[in-house]
Amino acid sequence: MSRAPLRVVVVSAGLRDPSATRLLADRIADAVVRRTGAGGAPVAVTHVELRLHARALADHLLTGFPAPELAAAIAEVATADAVVAVTPVFSASYSGLFKTFFDVLEPGTLDGVPVLVAATAGSARHSLVLDHALRPLFSHLRAVVVPTGVFAAAEDWGSVDDTTTALEQRIDRAVDELAALLRPVAPVLHVVGAAPAGASAPSAAEGEDPEFPDLVPFEELLGR
Amino acid sequence: MQFGIFTVGDVTPDPTTGRSPTEHERIKATVAIARKAEEVGLDVVAVGQHHNPPFVASSPTTTMAYIAAQTERIVLSTSTTLITTTDPVRIAEDYATLQHLADGRVDLMMGRGNTGPVYPWFGKDIRDGIPLAIESYHLLHRLWREEVVDWEGKYRTPLRGFTATPRPLDGVPPFVWHGSIRSPEIAEQAAYYGDGFFANHIFWPPEHTARMVNLYRRRFEHYGHGSADQAIVGLGGQAFIRERSQDAVAEFRPYFDNAPVYGHGPSLEDFSAQTPLTVGSPEQVIERTLGFREYAGDYQRQLFLMDHAGLPLKTVLEQLDLLGEKVVPVLRREMDALRPAHVPDAPTHAGLRAAA
Repeated sequence: MSRAPLRVVVVSAGLRDPSATRLLADRIADAVVRRTGAGGAPVAVTHVELRLHARALADHLLTGFPAPELAAAIAEVATADAVVAVTPVFSASYSGLFKTFFDVLEPGTLDGVPVLVAATAGSARHSLVLDHALRPLFSHLRAVVVPTGVFAAAEDWGSVDDTTTALEQRIDRAVDELAALLRPVAPVLHVVGAAPAGASAPSAAEGEDPEFPDLVPFEELLGR
Repeated sequence: MQFGIFTVGDVTPDPTTGRSPTEHERIKATVAIARKAEEVGLDVVAVGQHHNPPFVASSPTTTMAYIAAQTERIVLSTSTTLITTTDPVRIAEDYATLQHLADGRVDLMMGRGNTGPVYPWFGKDIRDGIPLAIESYHLLHRLWREEVVDWEGKYRTPLRGFTATPRPLDGVPPFVWHGSIRSPEIAEQAAYYGDGFFANHIFWPPEHTARMVNLYRRRFEHYGHGSADQAIVGLGGQAFIRERSQDAVAEFRPYFDNAPVYGHGPSLEDFSAQTPLTVGSPEQVIERTLGFREYAGDYQRQLFLMDHAGLPLKTVLEQLDLLGEKVVPVLRREMDALRPAHVPDAPTHAGLRAAA
């Protein structure tokens, strides 16, 4: 049986290459492949590294449209079955680069999409950023955020001790929660309305125009 | 096919000198630009409508009437007339009056305006932008076609036994274009009435314009006004022209880099590749513009933005000389040769009167 692989897109906002943020993104991506592959649909992981689009994102803010490479990255996210979003903590929140990417997505892009949130920082004192910054952001975007967020402080990358084990455990738990939402038995997550490409959104106007499925016929706009 | 220019009427400092024109200079420059457009053989000049600084174009019909008095042939249009925050009764009266004064050399383009605070200043709400455009235009459409109107809607006081005066010249209402950047509802509106659809086109990737224009074309056919390729389409364009391409780039770059809309963002080169902006020789502008019909189909009106970003009047007038003498004659010949016989010309008062 050949099934289209589930597409998991990992968005990471580390500023350097390599970065702790990308390192965490890679660890989560590995766990996604390892833990969702067995017994289910094949999984394809794509990385969207935001530092490569930093200039295009600033341009997008001013012009209102994405340059071609940024458009391709946005399309990856818009067609993902699940998103892993990883940011460094800057000034008590997600980084500006990270926020800018989610600011330029068209409304509805992440409706009902399972999202795993993760963050890195110098110390564990910032760990609540997951819950006071990332979670509200993705709630606003109407994504479904998995219960476990993954936070990695500098010390988590140290020697193999209890702390490291704890990071692995958090990653595995969060990925399992994400995987549960990806399985066919998962609740229907795409909601009616401004649905992502491929989702069916029945409305009075369905079929009215092939390229604009949400088009409202004029008599209806006129309210007659 | 019609060729012309459109302006938003901004007062922007010249980034190479730091000097801003006064409002008086800018308003007079708008008239000088329009006269020049007629002199070099362009067909249309369109002026903006804005109600906030740094714009001076708050009273388009006043400016248009003055231009009409100083010209003989050029068609006066708008880019755009704010159908959301302007009372449709006043639009009906102002533009019908202008139509009489200008002997029919008038059409207009409806737009919504995207500056949030302007709406409450006129007692409206930007969140109602689309419903306002739809209700108000429907009333305007009736006021120009029905002698006595009884009307009730959500956004203005009801009318009982109202007659908009003067009646349109020769009983033929001004032709209306609906301008939009990204609202399918406006393409749908233009298609419903069989009006023109003007895609702003500039500042956006062409694929986007193609989608909107083709939606309008399909819906124009759906509503029975003709085949999709007979729909009335206008496109914006943006060019800076010098005989030598490298001179154009060098001269325009500081204006590009500091432009109010897109300045301090993408490079001139990237923006030229991603949007219809063409900075170069007359031949380059011709080639690029001829390419528009490949994704928008044969169309009726091409307007260029030539006077923004603080370009001094002298430069703008030189640009119009180049546009009128080197670019438009070639485009006119080529576009006319390419256009099939069943695709109509741009509507004019004389044409609409003959068809009435």
